[in-house]
Amino acid sequence: MSDKYFGKPVKRVEDPRFITGTGHYTEDMTLPGMAHAAMLRSPYASARIVSIDATRALAQPGVLAVLTGKDLLDAKIGSIPTGWLLPDLKTPPHYAIAPEVARHVGDVIAAVIAEDRATAEDAVALLDVELEPMDAVALGSDALAPAAPQVHPEAPGNVAFEWEIGDAAAVEENFARAYRTVKLTLRNHRLVPNAIEPRASMAQYQKASDEFTLWTTSQNPHIHRLLLAAFVLGIPEHKLRVISPDVGGGFGSKIFQYPEEVIVLHAARKLNRPVKWSARRSESFVSDAQGRDHETVAELAVDEHHKVLGLRVKTVANLGAYLTTFAPAVPTYLYGTLLNGTYRFPAVHAHVTGVFTNTVGVDAYRGAGRPEATYVVERMMSRMAHELGIDPAEFRRLNFIQPDEFPYQTPVALVYDSGNYEPALDQALERVGYAELRREQEEARARGRYIGIGFSSYLEACGLAPSKLVGQLGAQAGQWESAVVRVMPTGKVEVLTGSHSHGQGHETAFAQIIADDLQIPMEDVSIIHGDTGRMPYGWGTYGSRSAAVGGSAMKMATAKILDKARRIAAHLLEAAPEDVVHEDGKFFVRGVPANSKSFFDVALMAHLAHNIPDDMEPGLEAQHFYDPKNFVYPFGTHVAVVEVDADTGRVKLLKYVAVDDCGPMINPLIAEGQVHGGIAQGVGQALLENTVYDEQGQLVTGSFMEYAVPRADDLVQFDIGHTVTPSPHNPLGVKGIGEAGTIASTAATANAVIDALAPFGIAHLDMPYTPERVWRAIQAARAQTQQAADD
Amino acid sequence: MYTTEFDYHRAGSVQEALALLAANPDAKLLAGGHSLIPAMKLRLASPPALIDVSKVAGLRGIRLEGVEVVIGAMTTHRDVEFSDVLRAACPLLSQVAPLIGDPMVRNRGTVGGALAHADPAADYPASMLALGASMTIASTSGERTVPADEFFTGMFETAVAPGELLTEIRVPAATLGEGQAYEKFAHPASRYAIAGVAAVVRTQGGSVSSARVAMTGAGYHAMRLTKVEEALVGQTPTPEVVEAAVRGAVSPDELLGDHFASAEYRAHLVEVQARKAILRALGSAG
Amino acid sequence: MNRVPINLNVNGKATRSDVEPRQLLVHFLRDTLGLTGTHVGCDTSQCGACTVHVDGEAVKSCTLFAVQADGASVTTIEGLAHEGRLHALQEGFWEMHGLQCGFCTPGMIMSAADLLAHEPDPSEEQIRHALEGNFCRCTGYHNIVRAVRHAAEANARGASSEPVVAADD
Ligand SMILES: Cc1cc2nc3c(=O)[nH]c(=O)nc-3n(C[C@H](O)[C@H](O)[C@H](O)COP(=O)(O)OP(=O)(O)OC[C@H]3O[C@@H](n4cnc5c(N)ncnc54)[C@H](O)[C@@H]3O)c2cc1C
Ligand code: FES
Ligand code: FES
Repeated sequence: MSDKYFGKPVKRVEDPRFITGTGHYTEDMTLPGMAHAAMLRSPYASARIVSIDATRALAQPGVLAVLTGKDLLDAKIGSIPTGWLLPDLKTPPHYAIAPEVARHVGDVIAAVIAEDRATAEDAVALLDVELEPMDAVALGSDALAPAAPQVHPEAPGNVAFEWEIGDAAAVEENFARAYRTVKLTLRNHRLVPNAIEPRASMAQYQKASDEFTLWTTSQNPHIHRLLLAAFVLGIPEHKLRVISPDVGGGFGSKIFQYPEEVIVLHAARKLNRPVKWSARRSESFVSDAQGRDHETVAELAVDEHHKVLGLRVKTVANLGAYLTTFAPAVPTYLYGTLLNGTYRFPAVHAHVTGVFTNTVGVDAYRGAGRPEATYVVERMMSRMAHELGIDPAEFRRLNFIQPDEFPYQTPVALVYDSGNYEPALDQALERVGYAELRREQEEARARGRYIGIGFSSYLEACGLAPSKLVGQLGAQAGQWESAVVRVMPTGKVEVLTGSHSHGQGHETAFAQIIADDLQIPMEDVSIIHGDTGRMPYGWGTYGSRSAAVGGSAMKMATAKILDKARRIAAHLLEAAPEDVVHEDGKFFVRGVPANSKSFFDVALMAHLAHNIPDDMEPGLEAQHFYDPKNFVYPFGTHVAVVEVDADTGRVKLLKYVAVDDCGPMINPLIAEGQVHGGIAQGVGQALLENTVYDEQGQLVTGSFMEYAVPRADDLVQFDIGHTVTPSPHNPLGVKGIGEAGTIASTAATANAVIDALAPFGIAHLDMPYTPERVWRAIQAARAQTQQAADD
Repeated sequence: MYTTEFDYHRAGSVQEALALLAANPDAKLLAGGHSLIPAMKLRLASPPALIDVSKVAGLRGIRLEGVEVVIGAMTTHRDVEFSDVLRAACPLLSQVAPLIGDPMVRNRGTVGGALAHADPAADYPASMLALGASMTIASTSGERTVPADEFFTGMFETAVAPGELLTEIRVPAATLGEGQAYEKFAHPASRYAIAGVAAVVRTQGGSVSSARVAMTGAGYHAMRLTKVEEALVGQTPTPEVVEAAVRGAVSPDELLGDHFASAEYRAHLVEVQARKAILRALGSAG
Repeated sequence: MNRVPINLNVNGKATRSDVEPRQLLVHFLRDTLGLTGTHVGCDTSQCGACTVHVDGEAVKSCTLFAVQADGASVTTIEGLAHEGRLHALQEGFWEMHGLQCGFCTPGMIMSAADLLAHEPDPSEEQIRHALEGNFCRCTGYHNIVRAVRHAAEANARGASSEPVVAADD
């Protein structure tokens, strides 16, 4: 392989269309005769649907149809399944349109199809619906209370599952001989993903061939096709083509198969016309699967040498009203297995209760389980360092797994393949100017200014994942990835991948890999994704898996191409394939570069087949299905520096340093961009974003007017560094960087805020650090100090 | 994202606007549209007709008239932000305008629209109270002038009656020895004011000769903080005096509260913002 | 349904159209003219994905009825490149990786163009303040700030012969 492109900050090839406004997002598509759908959504968190009278709506000119839950049942449309099963998991039905009971604000009650969108929206307002509101429950722990309203008759006590991992007895034992323990109640609050492109879907039906096409905002069109065809619509899988064109961000929320997709597909068939739906942002807030929402009690124990003895975790995970595609996996296998962090924890035990509530479904949101785990581990590490009166960085260093201990078996199932944690910590300390910063902090405190420094020495397991393993863990999906490399007679190359790009720059990064291996210009390679009609089967993009899994599949397919090309070249050069080398884009007999065949010559001959070995098939195309041998384990240390205004409680981010190890970077420009975006979301969670449901299950923060996504002036320029420890088990050595920023930054920022509040004697405060919450904590702490002084 | 249907009328003159209003009593005036259209998109407002007054002749612009600055009601926030006249004669408004929304909001939104809308979290109302501005209101029966103190009557309520049009705002130009400042504590999501305090303070011979301090955002509508003003006048304005003056500036009972900021917290913020605004106004009093 | 005639100059081309008064400018641009580079990201007039220029000023085209723009010149992202040459901001966003999913990008660029028209040499702080009304969920704004600086510097070097705000009138 020549490294002409690999590792270089190549400008993205997808950008020209986006900067000139010629990208193609689902909402940009129109088809002749297209009708529009609008949804009537439940205004109540829980309500019995008594009646729906569509007479007035249907009387409106331009209104084509009104669909109800009963219509879908009559049409034999099934429930939307979850894609991950756990032992004893309760899987109550999830119908695209609620037939009898609406279970969260935003649950679809009816859909109107009309000639245009305005008419559809007008008609929704004309539906006469009688709803009987019922008691609702929004908080996970409330739902577990004995008298709590029951969300589903199929899930008594609102429990979806109980799950545990680790050795409870070992933890017990270690705690018994602890020198010191700390215990915290932690709330990891709920988030709304808020990709800037709202979801949209457009369906077309071809009556003659009984075929459907669905354009939809999806991170993984094949998963959509599988679920929609096999489970929901009951149509043959090959009769449904799912196309996911340019997608305006996903962050997890566009993995899942949603009700509106079912509705437009059904309506397109029923009306024999294309039907489109696009979400308004206020619909996104009540219908896109949300993230996090854990209530956790965590305990950490150390011995007298400040070495951790064990971590005990009990979590209530709020799953919302319905189990969405990966919902059961997120607070279990993607969470519990990460509770060992980067440390030598001799014993860990976690128990998780998954709970139904009358809220929007909770599923993977950037990081998916891993930010939750990292928050627990890193918050507990800082809390313990504070308790012991030692530096949080040094406490981490003391407990790191050492480089010679890999592969490292954790007490929570995973085997870390590689890692070297101290250099990342050291680099982070140096970049932030740690010693000097601590001095500044001291001085500032003396002047009544409260600066805080917070750490997160995170680890993530990504590159999902060996299919056998995930199968044992309950996945109803494989986790390999596929690639087809197709060389055309002119030597141009089309690469079809099951991975999906919705901002990650695959069209560039993947082309870099292929162009290097084939030794051809990047311009000669195009990456095709997002269309089940063109691509081989694939599982899509989530869990930072594209580079490690999708990229590896491509690399292996390319190796097959090269092998065949070499054999053709050898044939043309009348030499043995072993003697032919591939250098500077040419094939020649070792030592005789003057007589060579170009990649073009070989490609052309492969297609002409006039002169290829007798036993060889013509053509130059290869496919590879790559199933990863293990997860990959990126890691690093992030440091956040914040200032708390004690007068108002407002927290300001001052500085942010991230040192990540994602193995070799295919394209540092893209990799760093991923980190920036991740940091913004993680800092956003700690300081700004909060999803508030009131006791009736009403979403109080249902628009950008109440829900604060980070804006330009909330953030700073980030200081990004890297260390490079290649993954030993995939052909690229790459690990994945898509989620690192989010996984690390929430904990780092939280620790920084608590560090800033330390002078007030505050040992913990739950996120998000909204001004009033911080101000109240300071007031309470001051009152307590006052009280103590008075006594 | 569609509003309900409505008829659209465009007025070229004040007279025409008033006539259209008389003919369409349920119509709403449309100025910059940056409060009205968002409400219509969410169908929180569904007026049967709109009368576009944004291009009414003579209603946009800022001019000095003797000791007063006259601001046409259809002057945009951006006009205010970049106005040299205001920078010299009314620096308070030059401070306030860039804190409203974002550049796109400021390119469309108007001073008159903002005042007539009287959003409890809007920024200008506090300033108009602190400046002692007066509003000119036109109707078919003529023009009347309402001082700012009588203009903001409730949540989204003003002295502008149905059928009337706010045409201009008159602001006394700053005098020697006067300092002006606005301190906004914004909601992190909406960026509207949770507590904004405007202060216009005059000093003479080392003591405060007059003080007008008003808040917005925290309560049902913008209002003067008269207790604070009284505590300042006649005093030598040391930080301690200011601190004492703002304490208990407003009672939580008079304020709004929600999940993001309780009434008690808002009352506290008003004190903090008042202290900052007054100190900065004093610092700039020339 | 009443319709009102409007005349608009969009990206240098005169158009005449009968519109429903309630049609927002963004829907007119996207649905009637097929200019889908201008996006809709919210329904509360906050995200800025819909930003275009009306008579040279950045506005949120989701908060303006098409009728209100009658007689105006409108520039959308599609009209920013001039005679096949990218605008300095388009270059800057490309060069500095100022976009990922690209959904916010057209609005971001139009908004940044408004800034550079007022302030050709903005500081980081000025850039962040000026982009307050444009949400990006992908980039964390880091590279957007760099992209705007890149454009400002290119303009200062005269690397682009285009005026900062191209082809508005
Ligand atoms: C995203 C966003 C952020 C914002 N942030 C802020 C902020 O931080 N601070 C702030 O103060 N404001 C903010 N605003 C509101 C903005 O300032 C509006 O421009 C302003 O509130 C209304 O002015 P307008 O010209 O747009 O009025 P319109 O929306 O056109 O009208 C508002 C109301 O006033 C009536 N009206 C308008 N003109 C007159 C008149 N001359 N006489 C009588 N009645 C009239 C209308 O009928 C309507 O009921 C924000 C708006 C948006 C969309
Ligand atoms: S779509 Fe216009 S501001 Fe969001
Ligand atoms: S690039 Fe995706 S929202 Fe900005």
